[in-house]
Amino acid sequence: MRTDAPVLSLRGATKRFGGLVAVNDLDFDVAEHEVMGLIGPNGSGKSTTLNLISGALPPTSGGIALRGTPIENLPAQEIARKGVARTFQLVRLLPSMSVLDNVRAGAVFGHRRRWGAEAETHALRMLKLVGLDRRAHAHTGELTYIDTKRVELARVLASDPEVLLLDEWLAGLNPTELEEGIALIRRLRDDGRTIVLVEHVMDAIRSLCDACVVMSSGAKIAEGTPDEVLSDPEVIRAYLGDDDDA
Amino acid sequence: MDILITGLFLGGTYALIAMGLNLQYGIARIMNLANGEMIVVGGFSAFWLYSSAQVSPLLTVFLVAPVAFLLNWLIYWIMLRPLVKRAKSRGQLEVDAILATFGLAFVSVGIMLAVFGGDYFSYSYLARPIRLLGDTYALNRATAFLAAVLICAAIYLWLNYSRPGMSIRAIAVSPESARLVGIDVPKLAALTFALGGAVTATGGALISMFFTLDASTGVIFTLKALVIVIMGGVGDVRGTIVAALLLGVLETFVAAVIDPGLTLAAAYLLFIVILLFRPQGLFGRRGT
Amino acid sequence: MIRADGRTLALVALVLAVAACLPLTGSAYWLSLGISIAMYTVLTTSWALFSGPTHYISLATAAFFGVGSYTTGIGIEYLPYWALPPIAGVLGAVMAALVGLATLRLSGVYFVIFTLGLAELVRQVIIWFQNISGQKGIYVLTKITEAQIFWQLLGLAALVYAAGWAIGRSRLGFALRIIGDDEEVARHSGINTARAKVALFMVSGAAAAVVGAVLAPRFVYIEPSTAFTPMLSFQVVIMALLGGTGRLWGPLVGVIPFTFLWEAISASFPNQTTLLLGVSFLVIVYLLPRGFVGLIEGTRRRMRAREAFA
Repeated sequence: MRTDAPVLSLRGATKRFGGLVAVNDLDFDVAEHEVMGLIGPNGSGKSTTLNLISGALPPTSGGIALRGTPIENLPAQEIARKGVARTFQLVRLLPSMSVLDNVRAGAVFGHRRRWGAEAETHALRMLKLVGLDRRAHAHTGELTYIDTKRVELARVLASDPEVLLLDEWLAGLNPTELEEGIALIRRLRDDGRTIVLVEHVMDAIRSLCDACVVMSSGAKIAEGTPDEVLSDPEVIRAYLGDDDDA
Repeated sequence: MDILITGLFLGGTYALIAMGLNLQYGIARIMNLANGEMIVVGGFSAFWLYSSAQVSPLLTVFLVAPVAFLLNWLIYWIMLRPLVKRAKSRGQLEVDAILATFGLAFVSVGIMLAVFGGDYFSYSYLARPIRLLGDTYALNRATAFLAAVLICAAIYLWLNYSRPGMSIRAIAVSPESARLVGIDVPKLAALTFALGGAVTATGGALISMFFTLDASTGVIFTLKALVIVIMGGVGDVRGTIVAALLLGVLETFVAAVIDPGLTLAAAYLLFIVILLFRPQGLFGRRGT
Repeated sequence: MIRADGRTLALVALVLAVAACLPLTGSAYWLSLGISIAMYTVLTTSWALFSGPTHYISLATAAFFGVGSYTTGIGIEYLPYWALPPIAGVLGAVMAALVGLATLRLSGVYFVIFTLGLAELVRQVIIWFQNISGQKGIYVLTKITEAQIFWQLLGLAALVYAAGWAIGRSRLGFALRIIGDDEEVARHSGINTARAKVALFMVSGAAAAVVGAVLAPRFVYIEPSTAFTPMLSFQVVIMALLGGTGRLWGPLVGVIPFTFLWEAISASFPNQTTLLLGVSFLVIVYLLPRGFVGLIEGTRRRMRAREAFA
């Protein structure tokens, strides 16, 4: 496996909804073991970009490749199998199942497919990784908010993804939870996982990301390390300007 | 040519029935599978008043519509509102509404069977021929068509140009946002459901002028109305009318050229084609 | 786990063995009731295999059943009887695959409507075909006895339970549970949702067609209006939901009381069966949303909770 080639690359990715261009001619690469932050004001097309990568929406034009293989025209399940796994902006658990079964779903059907005892031990390992192993047999309805997020993360991790897409995974957490959450993602980063995260929490971006892509009105306006982009005047204008509009 | 016009006459009446269902599904979000029974109830009333007191079905309509409105309003508040409230997701509401309205449909068929028996009923009203463009047509079909056109036009204008109509269309697009701008969603949903029921029952009274009904024909109408609604697009008045006319012409064509027993099969064929190629309806835009 | 499975297996085998002795009582009434129960057990259990986890309500049972009956009706002239139920099964599965591919990508409402009309569609086509060929119904004259039909249905029930048990423990079964919970998550976890749904719908379609094929000799004379009776589809939905679809044995809990109720009502008030169907639907929606199974499990859970607090 070459390490110099990007794991994930977008070239000219575009998504139109009728007359609205939600994602406009977007290019970026994510290298192996890199944590890439996708940031920008509300409505700048970050979540839509994740939806394009994960196959929730087909791009109107442009290419998306996973280790050089085009995936832009594949349905979501194929993309998931090739190794792109995602969390959802609003946590989505499987309400009729136990915590363990939720995670097993990832282990059984994901990038690396397991079954039986192997899937179960793997799922338990992932629950331990996110710190929920003692609640494996709990019902999802009994969990606190951050624990539901943990379950979702464990489900995604259980599929052994090549790329992990986290859609505002830290949103809505209180300060203590936020600290735990950031620590958890840092651990994933230290394990060498490749991650794309859409995030609003600036502390998290500074402390977690190797690189950032800043979007505004669907287009990329800056790219670089967190410190570079966050001091970029155009980025500052995009954020503050949007605040004025709102 | 006469197939086309007969078909349009039929389609016009279908449009009225499907419009009732579309109001209920598109706005109140209830797939009302008892829709066909409301047609039969409307038809029964027209039949009964005509054969016992010689009341013209065109007058009966003015009695049927308010009664059906009230009845459907009650059905919404008593039976359906609790389901809307307890539903955790759109899918669950859909399943519950389907089962509940099926129950309602069967109960009403059962009651009608018990009260009126299983006989066909029909009466002869305006069964005179009229000449149009060199061909002859039944006057009752033409009258029903005209009445249907008037009612459809009234609904269309009301939805597009009145204040409640505007609110109702807002709910159809997005119930959550409608609530945010101060629209009383449950109340208007009930109102629309009731209105849909009234329109359907009116259609039933009109259709009974030239169609032989019995207590259990309802389900056939429900099916046709559903096909029309899906073909025309959920919540789309214009699409409903076009789809209804299309179905009316297709059915008349199949009945005249191939076999009268195949009308529903023809409707289904059209349905399959639509499902495969334009599941969002004739004029619908692909979902975003 | 394995011991519990073994015990369940032994219990099921015992129940089947006892049931298989029913024809030995020599009572035609009980045998005919037994056939009804066995038939509905197969139909509802296979229905619930698909509709239980996915929440898609299929009203196509009558269509599959009718196709099965006609397979026997037409095929009996050319082929030995034993070859026909498998052929019917294949036809049912193919038909289910076609219907599934056209509708299962879409919302549940479209599926219900489509399946509701399917039996009517096939029926109209057959009537039309018969009008052209000038033939009315078909006589199915065989030497197959009621008892043999009963045993075949019992065997089929065993097969459906075995299939349900196997699916429940397979990736497919797990995939369907995920789909039933959240289709979006299912897709993003790497499940081919359309294929999983179509596969299970094929199982239930095939089972219903085989039941139709097995029962055809009992009718002796087959015509479209009896073979494709829409009532059947509704009865199956009601019994399955009344019992509860969360467990493999759930539908059976609905089938037994409903069959007796149905027999009683249609014997003394033949015109009120429609009313009964309607009332049953309302009872399911408003009083027993999770069926008898839900009721039993809810009570059990409450009792356990009370013990825990006591």
